[in-house]
Amino acid sequence: MLKITDLHATVGEDNPKPILKGLSLEVQAGEVHAIMGPNGAGKSTLANVLGGKPGYDVTSGSVEFAGEDLFDLDPHERAATGLFLGFQYPVEIPGVSNVQFLREALNAQRKFRGEEPLSGGEFLKLAKEKAALLKMDMEMLKRQVNVGFSGGEKKRAEMVQMGILDPKFAVLDETDSGLDIDALRIVGEGINSIMRDSGKGVLLITHYQRLLDVVKPDRVSILADGRIVQTGGPDLALRLEDEGYDAVMAEAAA
Amino acid sequence: MSEAVTLPTRRDEAWRYADMDFVAASDPRVIHHWRTLEVPAGETRGEYTVHRSGATSEGMVDRLRVHVGKGGRFEAFKVITGGKYARVELEVTLEEGAHFEFGGVTIGGDAKTQEFVTLTKHDHPNATSNQTVRAVQWGKATGSFLGEIKVARHAQKTDAAQDFKGLLLEPGASANAVPQLEIFADDVKCAHGATVGQLDEAARFYMASRGLSQEQAQRLLVQAFVGDAFVELEDEKMREELLDATLEALESAAL
Repeated sequence: MLKITDLHATVGEDNPKPILKGLSLEVQAGEVHAIMGPNGAGKSTLANVLGGKPGYDVTSGSVEFAGEDLFDLDPHERAATGLFLGFQYPVEIPGVSNVQFLREALNAQRKFRGEEPLSGGEFLKLAKEKAALLKMDMEMLKRQVNVGFSGGEKKRAEMVQMGILDPKFAVLDETDSGLDIDALRIVGEGINSIMRDSGKGVLLITHYQRLLDVVKPDRVSILADGRIVQTGGPDLALRLEDEGYDAVMAEAAA
Repeated sequence: MSEAVTLPTRRDEAWRYADMDFVAASDPRVIHHWRTLEVPAGETRGEYTVHRSGATSEGMVDRLRVHVGKGGRFEAFKVITGGKYARVELEVTLEEGAHFEFGGVTIGGDAKTQEFVTLTKHDHPNATSNQTVRAVQWGKATGSFLGEIKVARHAQKTDAAQDFKGLLLEPGASANAVPQLEIFADDVKCAHGATVGQLDEAARFYMASRGLSQEQAQRLLVQAFVGDAFVELEDEKMREELLDATLEALESAAL
């Protein structure tokens, strides 16, 4: 359902720096695909390019998502088409409550898809249900978006957002960073219950095996220097954990 | 009165950001006209206004002189949306223990000049004042807040605060803050702060990634930004009216 073909992208406007250098990857419906790789390989750039963040330029290649050319869509249209971007560093929005933000976002998406908006009551019921799934107090959702949240709370709030928006496909950028062991389990189980579905897909960007112990990936790819250099099953992540990137990649090159 | 026949010039500190073309073309009697309001001791009076003028005229100047009796409260919550030139001026004299609360928003584009000018006179002990002004401008518009606070020698335990923030949606727009404090008492609290910035790009992308269009994201961010000015307004219906007028004015803004 997500097909990336020979993607090249640069970051920076004045002095563009190539980061993605011919990245190809396909994620089928029903699949969780983990992306691992050393620092600076382009993992976050991949997430940002898929989301349409300003400052990144796609110089060549294509991305097909749910039958559409992703780059024909503005960021908010990508969201309404079913793409969710989980942020490594969720943004604080002072003065805007989670409830107001998410209700407006969900109804904007529904309007784009030609669906009826949810009423205040319907929305709160949905929000309560998804907050409970991530063991988040409903009072937190009444507070300003991410303001005063700890690192772990921000990540959990991201997953509550994902639950409420119910996307077809999630790109999760280091959702496990900043989480303690209990929070990691809650977030991992949240991903499973929201996204494990034959009609959905996940691109899970992570550094560590520990999240993959909970969200068991179907495929694992190594991203290095802007390309996918190796793809395998879940055991590839385990080998990376044991042997390190250099050893595994050297073996693949040999 | 001799003052009534001459017009202010840009050399007058309180008129330095004014639209001098408008002022020069005005009748001095109109420019120098002050409305007056007496707030009896222990009582509360308020003004809640959306200044939309300018749709039909070139501008407006509204000046109000208020005297607040002992322990009284005067509150003003005002939004300037219109006017090639719009100036709202408040001069407030506080008796002992009185309070002045002001929340103001200027919002506009084109070449509009919109300003709040206040003079707060703490002439007696234990009086308090709190002023929060937000300016949202685009195009070549200017939003200004000139706030003067005078604390007399015997006005001990005065607590006066002023807070200004400007939000510029486009290069070319501007915001000015001119706080002026004249303090002769030694046991007082006077705080003022001023910042000018742009919309948070990171927040805009975050909102877009959740499905909000640029227009919707801008509206939410502006709503949050100006909200500070109405925090102390207890009447919820009135607060919503002022907020609605503010957001309505935003609709002509560029993205």
